Amino acid sequence: MVADAAPSQLAAAPSRAPVGLQIRAWLARRAESIAIPVAAALAGFALFGLFLACLGKSPFQLIDIVYRGGFGSSFALGNSLQRAAPLLFAALCVALPARLGLVVIGGEGAIILGGIAAAAAAQPLASLPAALAIPLMACAAAVVGAVWIGAVGWLQAYRGVNATISSLLLSYIAIAISNHLIEGPLRDPTSLNKPSTLPIGDAFMLSPMPWIGVHWGLGCGVVACIVAYVLMDRTTLGFAARIAGGNVRAAQIQGLPVGRLIVGFTALGGAFAALAGFFEVVAVQGTANGTLAAGYGYTGILVAFLGRQNPLAIVPVAVLLGGIEASSGLIQRRMQLPDATVLVFEGLLFLVVLLSETLYGRFKIFSPHLWAEKRETASASAVSVAA
Amino acid sequence: MSDGLGIWTVLLAVVGGAIRVSTPFLFVSLGETITERSGRINLGLEGTLVFGAMSAYATAVMSGSPWAGVAVAGLAGGAFGLLHGYVCQLPRVNDVAIGIALMLFGSGLAFFLGKPFIQPSAPPLPAIPFGFWSDLPQVQAALRVNVLFLVGAALSVFLWWAFRNTKAGLIVRVAGDSADAARAMGYDVDRIRLYATGAGGVLAGIGGAYLSLYYPGSWNEGISSGQGLMAVALVIFARWNPLACFGAALLFGGAGALGPALQSVGVSQGYYLYYAAPYVLTLALLILTSSPNRALAGAPGELSLSK
Repeated sequence: MVADAAPSQLAAAPSRAPVGLQIRAWLARRAESIAIPVAAALAGFALFGLFLACLGKSPFQLIDIVYRGGFGSSFALGNSLQRAAPLLFAALCVALPARLGLVVIGGEGAIILGGIAAAAAAQPLASLPAALAIPLMACAAAVVGAVWIGAVGWLQAYRGVNATISSLLLSYIAIAISNHLIEGPLRDPTSLNKPSTLPIGDAFMLSPMPWIGVHWGLGCGVVACIVAYVLMDRTTLGFAARIAGGNVRAAQIQGLPVGRLIVGFTALGGAFAALAGFFEVVAVQGTANGTLAAGYGYTGILVAFLGRQNPLAIVPVAVLLGGIEASSGLIQRRMQLPDATVLVFEGLLFLVVLLSETLYGRFKIFSPHLWAEKRETASASAVSVAA
Repeated sequence: MSDGLGIWTVLLAVVGGAIRVSTPFLFVSLGETITERSGRINLGLEGTLVFGAMSAYATAVMSGSPWAGVAVAGLAGGAFGLLHGYVCQLPRVNDVAIGIALMLFGSGLAFFLGKPFIQPSAPPLPAIPFGFWSDLPQVQAALRVNVLFLVGAALSVFLWWAFRNTKAGLIVRVAGDSADAARAMGYDVDRIRLYATGAGGVLAGIGGAYLSLYYPGSWNEGISSGQGLMAVALVIFARWNPLACFGAALLFGGAGALGPALQSVGVSQGYYLYYAAPYVLTLALLILTSSPNRALAGAPGELSLSK
């Protein structure tokens, strides 16, 4: 009798639950948040394969091309990573505000203005050494991006303007401003067919990272994701933001500065997005022009949602989507498909992944309780046998 | 003298532009009004608009009839709307995020399927020359009014009346203001919202048909520049009132016509900035009409946007 009672008391006190049991429950929870998105992504692939099959194209050829064009050789991988770099920053511009419950879809505007700001800052800084000028250009870009998307947060927090709509409107305004600047005040008179700003000069161009051969935007993007993860999951600020995102009233009652949190997180997201534009200018183009509006901001939304707004998950998802976009040209040539093929695929993937949200908590196998209970009865019987 | 003529030319071009450019705004905003009045928000109407433009153009090219194009665009838009409506009734699925996904998917699919139709030209929708009394070609151009504009104007009056006076209108409003009340009355809220989103999609598809079959009257990948999303903002500005949608659509159309009008009289300074006028106007109106402390007057109570 006594031996039977002891384990049930143990189970009643959660703080004294065996470590193994806690780990299994934790693993079950984690397995759900990995298995469902992966299954959803596979379902998206399958649906798109079906779509291609309906058009008389081979889905297996597509997989082969995406593999070879995106990841098959070191050149292809480098190309994919180069495209992944801006996606990392663009996705952070979605994931950081999302922690506070804001859906910001205007990262594209911050990317474009960040690129312009970096290129414009290069002219007055021309006499400085590159080691000083390049960080200053990055700062100029980050400040512009922070103000641009921070304004979205400010409007939401203090004026009640919906962040989704205002951020998209602001990105159209950003495109108009950048067209005006590139065609007008900042235009390099020698750029005839493709209006651009004055080149920033070879001295200010970033060389690629050693070994990988990809520009520094990738390394900085990964670091930015880690920083964002630590900020969101390991600091009090991130915890406060999560409370505010879950329940504004509760956060206000707790005395959390909800408005300042919203402005801070959106501004940080905007600064990151602007860095994507900065790296496009100082590491790829050497000047700011229309190619800044390449749609990285929009793909970044998809990356953030696919990674379920987790900054660490953003890294592999960005590499995957960078690879798919890198193989776009090959898909067009080899399969005679239009360039919008990748857009259709991304849209389909986005839909399926959002749909999969409805599956969380539906499968018993991922329930921490199931795993905890199993272990409990097992340990209970083990103890009684020993007694 | 030439200055005065310039101002009149610009004014006339803005009025004509307001009539010409406003029709897609009008249809999308009326559709979004129906959807939002039922308690859901569909941000995917931008994609529906683009897909409607493509399907209308393709149908008109193949069948030779622009009206067949309008019908197909409406059907395709309705299908997108029903998809949104169905998906959003599943638990834990966010209507705003699904809207963004449908925006990308709809325009991607339209670009994909519409590639072969960029070259051929389709028969345009007919217009009525209300400017016949004038000798000035500018006046005649400004007052050529498309049939769909008149249909949209009539529709906004009808919807305004129907929301107040018909059973269907009242049911949609109840579902949007309080899902619990609608359930207590024995109505299936999810089904009401499904149909309301479908109806919104039909109207957005028709708005797209206007883009490709009348103004600008061709199909290409840049056919919509965010009209679908601006229309969502326009609905907020119009306080979910179909009659106010009509006025707001004219205002936005006029703002959109400002850039081309100024360019036509030779204003080249900062002319790209004028293209931002509709977006700046939308944002300014949103800022002025929103408030952090109270729900917007006239906002459906169940709408995630105004909560």
